[in-house]
Amino acid sequence: MKTMEERSVIHSTFVIERNYPVPPERVFGAFADLTKKRRWFVEGGGHEVEHYELDFRVGGKERARFRFKDGTPLKGIACTNDTSYQDIVPNRRIVFASTMALGEKCISASLVTVELLPSETGTDLIFTHQGAFFEGADGPEMREAGWRKLLEQLTEEFPR
Amino acid sequence: MHRKKPGIDRVFHALGDPSRRAIMEKLSEGPISVSRLADPLDITLAAVVQHLQVLEESGLVQTEKVGRVRTCRIEPAGLSVAEQWIGECRSTWERRLDRLGDLLAEPDERD
Repeated sequence: MKTMEERSVIHSTFVIERNYPVPPERVFGAFADLTKKRRWFVEGGGHEVEHYELDFRVGGKERARFRFKDGTPLKGIACTNDTSYQDIVPNRRIVFASTMALGEKCISASLVTVELLPSETGTDLIFTHQGAFFEGADGPEMREAGWRKLLEQLTEEFPR
Repeated sequence: MHRKKPGIDRVFHALGDPSRRAIMEKLSEGPISVSRLADPLDITLAAVVQHLQVLEESGLVQTEKVGRVRTCRIEPAGLSVAEQWIGECRSTWERRLDRLGDLLAEPDERD
């Protein structure tokens, strides 16, 4: 009898809070406008941006594809982020579902909620990320690269 | 002696089994002998031994035989592989939200 390949998944939720000294409309605008979103979501140096598109509406998609450069264990491999917008309340709330793939392999899926709350100083942003992290890719590149080294390289690819 | 960090897929596979998670929960209370681990979990000793093998290979637990008793304990370094991967996801978003702050600090361009 053929045994099923064993799969495993880990769930993890994290929350990040930020405060920005501008009104919620400006923060919301940086999520809704492709040119603005690209600047903080996609850019940041290190990796090559191969593709970025944004259709910001309920049911619309965002697609980003990066390729790791020479000198990284994932050299030549594409990292693809696919997002689908679930709920949008202008200037208040954005809910989206996202997957991340390395090469052909999807390695995580998440539900993200962005809440924008007006405050005395501007806007409180609450970012809630509920993720399902799958078994890692089983390609040779992944096996060869020690995960610690991989994560170090990923950090360098997405520098501050 | 440098111990190679176990692959992330090994750790996820190890934690993907409910019996192994139950073993990890029990061990979080403190080290325990293998034979005593089987009783509260209501699984056979043979199954416990197999699960412990998977957990030990993924670096999550450590077992040691002293005399006739094999004791097992959680290996603190093991979970950090999974945590690192999840942590990297969080770090990526923290950097993005920081960059958002930088962008918002610029004067707003009106089209």
